[in-house]
This record gives sequence, structure tokens and C-alpha cells, in this order.
Amino acid sequence: MSINRRQFLRRAGMVTALGLGSSLVITGYRKKDAAASGYAKAPKDMPAKRWAMVVDMSKFKSEADFEKVIEACHKLHNVPKFPNTKDEIKWIWKDDYHHTFAGGHNEYLDEHVMHSPFLVTCNHCDNPPCVRACPTQATFQRPDGIVAMDFHRCIGCRFCMAACPFGARSFNFKDPRPFIEEVSTEYPTRTPGVVEKCNFCYERLADGLMPACVEKSNGGLIFGDLDDPNSEVRKIVGSKLTIRRKPELGTQPSVYYLVGGGEHA
Amino acid sequence: MLEKALSGSKRYWIWVTLLLGIIAVGFVAYMNQFNNGLGVTGMSRDVSWGLYIAQFTFLVGVAASAVMLVLPYYLHDFKKFGKMVILGEFLAIPAVIMCMLFIVVDLGQPMRIMNVILHPSPNSVMFYDMIVLCGYLLINLVVGWTTLGAERKGAPSPKWVKPIIYLSIPWAVSIHTVTAFLYAGLPGRHLWLSAIMAARFLASAFAAGPAILILLCFIVKKVSKFDPDPGVGAIQSLVKIVRYAMIANVFFYILELFTAFYSNIPEYSAPLRYIFFGMDGHYSLVPIMWTAVVLAFLGIAMLVFPSTRMNKATLIIGLLSIIIANWIDKGMILIVAGFVPNSFERVIEYAPTLNEILVTLAVYAIGMLLVTILYKVAISVREEKAN
Amino acid sequence: MYKGGKIIASLIIFAALFTIPFFYNMGKVNAGPDVALETPAIQQLSDKQCVESPEFMRANHMKLLNQWREEAVRNGQTVYTNSQGTEFQISLQDTCLKCHATGSASNAVVLSNPATTTTGVSNPAINESPEFCASCHDYSAVEPKCWSCHFEPKEAAK
Repeated sequence: MSINRRQFLRRAGMVTALGLGSSLVITGYRKKDAAASGYAKAPKDMPAKRWAMVVDMSKFKSEADFEKVIEACHKLHNVPKFPNTKDEIKWIWKDDYHHTFAGGHNEYLDEHVMHSPFLVTCNHCDNPPCVRACPTQATFQRPDGIVAMDFHRCIGCRFCMAACPFGARSFNFKDPRPFIEEVSTEYPTRTPGVVEKCNFCYERLADGLMPACVEKSNGGLIFGDLDDPNSEVRKIVGSKLTIRRKPELGTQPSVYYLVGGGEHA
Repeated sequence: MLEKALSGSKRYWIWVTLLLGIIAVGFVAYMNQFNNGLGVTGMSRDVSWGLYIAQFTFLVGVAASAVMLVLPYYLHDFKKFGKMVILGEFLAIPAVIMCMLFIVVDLGQPMRIMNVILHPSPNSVMFYDMIVLCGYLLINLVVGWTTLGAERKGAPSPKWVKPIIYLSIPWAVSIHTVTAFLYAGLPGRHLWLSAIMAARFLASAFAAGPAILILLCFIVKKVSKFDPDPGVGAIQSLVKIVRYAMIANVFFYILELFTAFYSNIPEYSAPLRYIFFGMDGHYSLVPIMWTAVVLAFLGIAMLVFPSTRMNKATLIIGLLSIIIANWIDKGMILIVAGFVPNSFERVIEYAPTLNEILVTLAVYAIGMLLVTILYKVAISVREEKAN
Repeated sequence: MYKGGKIIASLIIFAALFTIPFFYNMGKVNAGPDVALETPAIQQLSDKQCVESPEFMRANHMKLLNQWREEAVRNGQTVYTNSQGTEFQISLQDTCLKCHATGSASNAVVLSNPATTTTGVSNPAINESPEFCASCHDYSAVEPKCWSCHFEPKEAAK
């Protein structure tokens, strides 16, 4: 029997398709998964519909007040310290008023006010553009409003960094481990090539603890459920003058800055 | 048909070896990036996309531009393009492949790329971009290969390929529109947040793409016995397309400038002020952008006046000016300056590193190698028919 | 045959390249890991049962780990109830590694991937290697990347 090239290719193709098809069928049959089992939330897990944070800048008086808060977060989460700003990774940091609330400044504003420091972190927006942009759902919004990262799934395309209007996201340009001064075993480190940011300490919330920064802030950071009318954050946001970063973009940030200071609710 | 690429003159093999050499160097550079992370590039926390994504953007345009031959030829029965259509399609294929490669080399975790398919996210424009790019590659492979195969046998193309050809027309528009949507839908990136972004992309694509194709035709004519434009004026028709597309592109750009500067909203004009005049003592893009401006107008002028348009030497200068102007605009500044100033209104500049440039060159070399192989096949078939 | 010589020569080269791994390993003893369940370390444990039966874990630990990961990271479900109704905290570090520690307890935090370490033989039957995961993973050439981010349990890290 002699066959020409075309016939040969056609038959070879058919055999391959048959083989692939039947192997799929077989694996389909075999797919019997895990034993009967269930998943539940941790008993101490704090439920909320909308976690939010109020930053009361009047409570941050000295450099040390900022450092304490930033250190608490960065140490706990193994955030590396890179010597150059290019590879820098930040979860929570400070910037001055004029850069934090960029755009349309009163030109007569006092120099002192212009350069007064503000704490900045991920805003955990209600309509997060980063979540919309992510092509793998590696960054996603939890039912409690926290915008979280699944470092296992991130492909490192950095679309979320382009989408975030707040500069809240950092990318692991290099292996972070050699740049972690004191390793914390409470939280994993990251692998090179993934994006990271503040997670509102959801791992601590699951243990019934407040976020690390809040704990170290001496009342300067107030954390709670905005959906709960009796929560402290709701009372402040409802009755005091607070501002948010770039509200005009419609992302609805959940980090509020209490201006004017004074005693809150 | 692929066997045609395995025999060639000494010059052909020197060229192929040269390209393979560049690819090898780039591969080593990529392995360095793969092992040490994207820290070996010039990208930073603030300018998180650079040369790679910019090349991707530019090349999507080159890929889409094949439609400028397909549409007149198949929809309007514009016979002059008959010999060139295949060259357009065979330019689109390597361009799409280069696009994909630039995405892959830009990823921080390239081994996880299948996550895009395993966890499809219809919210993300990137998801649609993947679909349209893969589809466009497939369409052009099928159409190009089938039509050339039929031509080789001296038979008309099979009927089933016609609908695919028609499909390729809106599909080509879609790839560049979706690519524009990657940028145009992001809040807080004022240079990109523009409704006219997709239109600008298409205009610049239809200028730069056919301009590259014309230059390729000149090369083909020089190195082979095949003449893509045997005195029928196909090239001059294409030149007109390049000219009007470039004029539209510049016009659209001026529209952007008007809105940004006349409205006087500082955030909207900030990236443009940075590009054209520099900001806070940072000027690295200023001379490059003004070069593009000069080249854009020079290119248009060369293509407008019949004396310069008809003269091959000046035509080539005009086309090169247009390609370079478009490359500077889209293959460099648009992406980088989208991040400048950053979310905190700080100017942090970007410059590619040598490693990054080597990888980029290697991807281009892969593209050129593919163009060479595909063109070699197409030309050999044509030469075979001529004898 | 047209160009027969060249074709046959190429075929031989192809076949040779393709079978190199086979010839390379020929004659070398390559016994599979003999995972001992009665090591002193295991005998010290009060509860010898893993989160599921050994048979299930052997076949499905990777699937279970993936499920745990999805549930804990993405759904905030950090408690696993196994088929016998026992509850476990979902934590690679605090639950799995409490028994399946990869390094000896005196080790400092291991900043490398034990699955890729080259020290010693990974057969627990021979030298009681505590490299539990590695003992099979090395043999089957599987390199999970867990340890590029996750740590040893807290007690072991001290």
C-alpha cells in the first residue's frame, strides 16, 4: 500500500485526535476528588461587611509615631528594604500633604501644611480598578471589602500597578529575602516577580486581632466596619470632616483622613 | 512549502546566521532576567511598564496594518494589491508573534502564564487582548498559507477561506482597539485616559505598518526576482494610505493637546508637559519627542509633494521618518510617560538597561527571521510560477 | 530511496539523542524512596494520623494543598474539617509542618528550598532524613516552590 503525504498527514492527525480524545475521556472518569470534608472560617474571625480605616493625623506628632506604625507592618509582613528606590516595596508609608492629595492646591497654603506628613497605604477601594484589570483574579475583593492578593496566582503582568491610581502597589523586581533584615515567621515572604500591597492584615483579622499598624498607632488609626452604624469608623466618617485620596475617580477608597483633628466620637 | 526556506543564496544564509546570533545573545540576556527577576530592567515601582510593553503596543499596530491591503483587495476588488496582499499577511504573522513574545518577556512569573486561561477574567481587558491576538494569528496563518498554497498550484483559493478573509478585516481593527482599551480605561493615568486612544492607535498603525511594508517590498525587489509592484502603482497607492493615516494621526494628537492644554486641568496636561518641555528638572524625553515631531511633519511633507513621493530616495526618507516618528510616539514615549508624573505627582524617569535592550533586539530578530522565512516561501512560490 | 543516506543518518542521530537519558541511567541503582512510617520522630507524636488517611494523602496531598490554599487565601476559610469530623487550622507552616518538618529542630529559618538541597541521600529508610517532602519529590523530580515564600514552623525556627 502506498499513500501520499497528504493522506499520511490526515491519518496521523486522526489517530492523534483519537488518542487525545480518549485520554481526556479516561481522565474525566478518573476525576474523583477529595474525601467528604468541609471548610469554615476560624472561630475568632471578625466578620464585617466593609472594613475601613480612619487616619487621624493629629495623633501622629513625631517621626517615631510614624516609624512605629510602618515598622510594625513591614516587619510582620517581611517587607524587604531595598537600598534603591527603583525596587522599593511599601505597604504603608508616609508622604506629605501636597503629594498625597495631589492636584488643585490652594497656592496660599502654608509651607508647613503643604509638607505635613500623611500616612498612605492601599485604599481597599469599593470599586477597585486593580481587580478589574487583573487577568487572573490574582487580586480580588473579599466579601468584607478587603482587596487581597493571591501571590500564588499572580503572573506579574503589572496591569494592576498601571490601573491603581494611588501608587499603592509594589512589584518584586528582585528576590526579597536577602533584603529582609529580621525575618518574621508570622507571614510568608514573596517570590520574585509578583505584585504585593497592604492586605488590611486579614490574617490577623482571622485571629480576632486588629491590623498591626492600628495596634501600634496610639489611636491614630481607627479600624472597623463601615457598614455597622455603631462602629467608631462609621461615627467619625458620618459626623466629622474627612477627606479621601482622589475621590473624583469613583473608586470609593476606604481609607479616610480625619482633618482638623480634635477628639473624635 | 516551508522547504523553500531551506535553500537560498549565501547572502540569505549570512542574514539568517546574523539574526540567529542576535537571538542567541538576547536569549542569554533573557535567562539573566529569568533567573534574577525584572530588576535587571530599568522598570521601577513608579514606571512599571517600559520598553517591552511599548514594543508590544507598536507591533500590534504593525500586525493590524495588513488590513490596509486586505480591505481594498478583497472588499473593493482593488487589483493593484494582488501581489502584495500575501506580504501584508506574512508581515502580520511575525508581528503578532513578536507581540506575544514581548508580553511573555515582560511577565514577572512567565511560567504561570496559563493562569490567564485557567482563571479567565472577563473583567480584564488583558483577557480580551489574549483572545483577539491569538485569533488574529490563527486567521492570518490560515489565510496566508491557504491562498499561497492555492496560488502555487495555480488554482483559485478554496471557497471556505473567503469568510475568514472577511472576518480578518474587523478582527484587525479589534486587535488594536482592544490594545488601546488596555490603557484608555485606567483611571488616574491621564495620558491614556482618552476616548480617542483607539482611533489614534489605528491611525498610527495604518501609517507605520504599510510604511514598513513598502520598505520590505523595496528589499524584496532588490534581493529577488519577484516584483511586488510590477509597474501597476501598488506602492504609490499604499503611500497615499500611509500619508492620510499619518495626517489623521497627527491631527488626533493635536486634539489631545488642545483638550489637555486649553482646559487647563493640571493633571491632564502634566504628562504632555513632561514629554514636550520636561518637568521638575527631568528632560530625558524632550529631545526624543521633538525629534518625532520634526520627523512626523517631514514624513508627511515628503509624501504630500508628488516630486518627493515619486522619487524613490526621498520616498524612503519620508517613510523612514514616519516609521521612526510613530515608533518614538507609540513604541516608547506613550507607555513610559503614562507613568510620569506618578500617582504622587512626582517625576521618576525610566531608561531601559542594556539587558532589556538585548532582549528587545532578540525579539525583533525573531520577528525578522520569521519575516525572512515567510517571505522566502512566498517569493519562491512566485518565482517558481514565473519560470 | 531519495537522499536515503542522509535520512537514515539523521534518524540514527535522532534516535540516539532521544534515548540518551535511558543509556545515561542504565545500570545505576535507582530505588524509589522507602518512606518509613515508624521513625522515632513519628513515634514521638501523640497523634499519628495526618489530616486524612495515609492512602488518601499519598494520592491526593497536592490536590488537598491546592484546595486549602484556595479556601484560605481566596475565601477566608481557615478551618478544615476532615472526613472524620476533626478540625484543622489551614496552615502549611503551623499544621502540615508541625509533623512534616523539613529540617531538624535546631535549624534556623531555612531560606532555601529543601526540595532542591543537595545534601545527603533523601531516603528516610537509610538515614532518617527529616526531609520529608523532599524524600519523594526528589525521586519523582517534582520541585514545589513552597519554600521560596513559606517558612518552617515557628518552634523549629527558634
